Amino acid sequence: MKIEGLGPLVAEHPFFAGMDPAALEIVVGCCANVVFKPGAFLYRQGEPAEKFYLIRDGMVAIEIYVPGRPPIAMETIESGEIIGWSWLMPPYKWGNDARAADTVRAISIDGACLRGKMEKDRVLGYEIYKRFMPIMARRLSQSRLRIVELATEPSGE
Amino acid sequence: MTPSIGSKTVFGKDGLERLVSLLRSQGFRVVAPRHDGVAVVYDEIETTADLATGWTDSAEGGTVRYSQTAGSANFATSMGVQGWKRHLYPPRQLLFSAEKAGSGFRVHEPKRKEAPMAFLGVRACEMKAILIQDSVFGQSGFSEPGYLMRRRAALIIAVECSRAVSTCFCESANGGPVVEAGFDLKLNELADDLYLAQAGSEEGLVLLAHLSLRDPTPAELGEAAGQPEAAKAAQTRRLEPEAKELLARNLESPRWREVAERCLTCGNCTMVCPTCFCTTVEDVTDLSGSHAERWRSWDSCFTIDYAHIAGGSLRQEASARYRQWITHKLSTWHDQFGSSGCVGCGRCIAWCPVGIDITEEVAAIKTSEEATLK
Amino acid sequence: MDGHALSSPGSLPPDLMIPRLFRINKVKKEVPGVFTWHMTSLDGAPLVYKPGQFNMLYLFGVGEVPISISGDCRDPTKLVHTIRAAGSVTKAMAKLQAGAVIGVRGPFGRPWPVEEVYGSDILFVTGTIGLAPLRPLILEILHQRDKFGKVVICYGSRGTGDILFEEDLHTWRGRFDTNVHVTVHSAPAGYRGRVGSVAAAVRIAKIDGESTQAFVCRSETMTRPAVDALHERGITSDRIWVTLERNMKCGVGLCGHCQFGPTYMCKDGPVYRFDQIQDLFSVREI
Repeated sequence: MKIEGLGPLVAEHPFFAGMDPAALEIVVGCCANVVFKPGAFLYRQGEPAEKFYLIRDGMVAIEIYVPGRPPIAMETIESGEIIGWSWLMPPYKWGNDARAADTVRAISIDGACLRGKMEKDRVLGYEIYKRFMPIMARRLSQSRLRIVELATEPSGE
Repeated sequence: MTPSIGSKTVFGKDGLERLVSLLRSQGFRVVAPRHDGVAVVYDEIETTADLATGWTDSAEGGTVRYSQTAGSANFATSMGVQGWKRHLYPPRQLLFSAEKAGSGFRVHEPKRKEAPMAFLGVRACEMKAILIQDSVFGQSGFSEPGYLMRRRAALIIAVECSRAVSTCFCESANGGPVVEAGFDLKLNELADDLYLAQAGSEEGLVLLAHLSLRDPTPAELGEAAGQPEAAKAAQTRRLEPEAKELLARNLESPRWREVAERCLTCGNCTMVCPTCFCTTVEDVTDLSGSHAERWRSWDSCFTIDYAHIAGGSLRQEASARYRQWITHKLSTWHDQFGSSGCVGCGRCIAWCPVGIDITEEVAAIKTSEEATLK
Repeated sequence: MDGHALSSPGSLPPDLMIPRLFRINKVKKEVPGVFTWHMTSLDGAPLVYKPGQFNMLYLFGVGEVPISISGDCRDPTKLVHTIRAAGSVTKAMAKLQAGAVIGVRGPFGRPWPVEEVYGSDILFVTGTIGLAPLRPLILEILHQRDKFGKVVICYGSRGTGDILFEEDLHTWRGRFDTNVHVTVHSAPAGYRGRVGSVAAAVRIAKIDGESTQAFVCRSETMTRPAVDALHERGITSDRIWVTLERNMKCGVGLCGHCQFGPTYMCKDGPVYRFDQIQDLFSVREI
């Protein structure tokens, strides 16, 4: 039985498309293959933000704790997407829960490890930031539109 | 002499009185220009003594003045405050009445029993406006029975203009001053209380047959032909001929904000415009709640509620509402009805409290566009 | 006298402002604030309509509102309307019980295209009450299922408690030849479905952009983002159909209120092909 290296799996994920091979190799060094059963947490609000995830298969729900009632799921992230960027900036803590809505196969990347390498290798740093920015910008504009939608669509009695 | 359609004849002052009493004896309500104490309006008359005899007018942006300096002329005022739409499409119309019956209700269509009207003194611009409203209300599959009933029964006696007030621009708007078509009778009021008359239909011919007529002299023909020429020469305002395309491509012109600083959105222009036709509906019940009526009444695109949907009004800005009115009148009217909606009567200029001038606004859009293209 | 309509003397055209009378047979409460009427005419005659059309519904002594027909147009003896209690007239309508009589004028408006889109993949993009005007089109397309390629329905709501026509969505999802994606804005933790905006569902729907015709029924604010998401999938504006909303007082193009550029929304709409109104759509307060 041949155990496939993580390299090809990481390289084929849309997030790393077109990345400089040398930088990609550094990233692969921080990766691991993970599986979450339905209902398992990828991370929890308030915990140190050590890893981020490339979702290969399945759906992850972003949940927020609301005192006095069950937590609320307010977004789902699906295969091909990336989840988690709190590891990039202080205080390096997760702002919400991320829970597997079904069986989730993902690649986890050790953010703490990658952070250190990005400080030393600015090209690597730029390649990572370059990829995160459009994702964050899109999530922000989508969230803004959702605010408009919720503000303008009537809610009924 | 026996006139035929299109042939010109002359009758004297008594002829006009005879015409009015003849029409009344046939059951027509004769509507003509009369002075109501404040202004000259089109309202019912019983004899020619009720006409606005001797009254003439002047107009400028935001001002209309009347003076009784026209001697014995009956039609020396340029136009009535409103056109004839007040009579063909009244400000309030009963659409239906209903009353509760058991668990439901019954609906009663309005009885369409109104006396026919004879319009005496219709100007070229007003004739054009009536023809424009015919195409609005006579659309196949979407026509308005009340307007059509009144219109079919109405008799039109046009009186051609011999002068223009400063707000007139019918020539450049293709609204006059020559009365071309659509009338039953066309008159030119000449010196010495004479009228040159021309029938435009069988009904007009039948009326003329009751009057004592004679052939016109060359001088009289000349005087009549000179009248619309004088009306043309007196016009100083001009409507840009390419207004339709100009406005359609300048929906985001900075000029809209500029006019909005002056426009009060009072809607006077829509009330006096002879082609504006927007209406709203109102549902009323009596105190018992068992009898209901649905009324249609004139409305204006300048009101903030005009474009209201759940969530708010879609045209909050005065600039958007002014733009809606002028682009409909001069531009999208062509797409909808195949002609301009403006006849150049200039009422909107005269009756605007701040004197906004439709011809000036179009010219300003053009200048603004040229400036940005440089 | 001149004038095409005037040249025919005698009888006047039918009065389009007089309502027909219908009785409400059943009132169904849908999601909060929304209810459906099932009606039949007092005179027994059907009301033949096409998907996407609307009626002006008259409540005795109170007023009249334009409401899309939400039934199956293959059964014109049953008139179905789904109404949200939003203004004074619809709030009064929400109080009516079976047996009440309503005035109906219509059907009015340009319907959704059906024959025109034969052979295409079909994508529906809607949310909250927008499913109501689309329902007759969905039903008609499923009646003629073999004339179309893929059929995908993307529907969004605030939460799991206000999904309109949930039973219909389950029925449609249960068909082997139809895909249904329901997205909610928020859900209790542990929810296994998709959470987010409908546009996100459009982005990942399994469709071939080039052969797809899209039907969008959203508020005007949310129509733009829906169209943008469709463009990203390669669905061009000439294959996007939208339905819009304006103030309507007559429904027959005579009161002027529903004007949208050169069009009267009650006659030239409310269904529009997006490329034909694309420029107008971007002008504020037009």
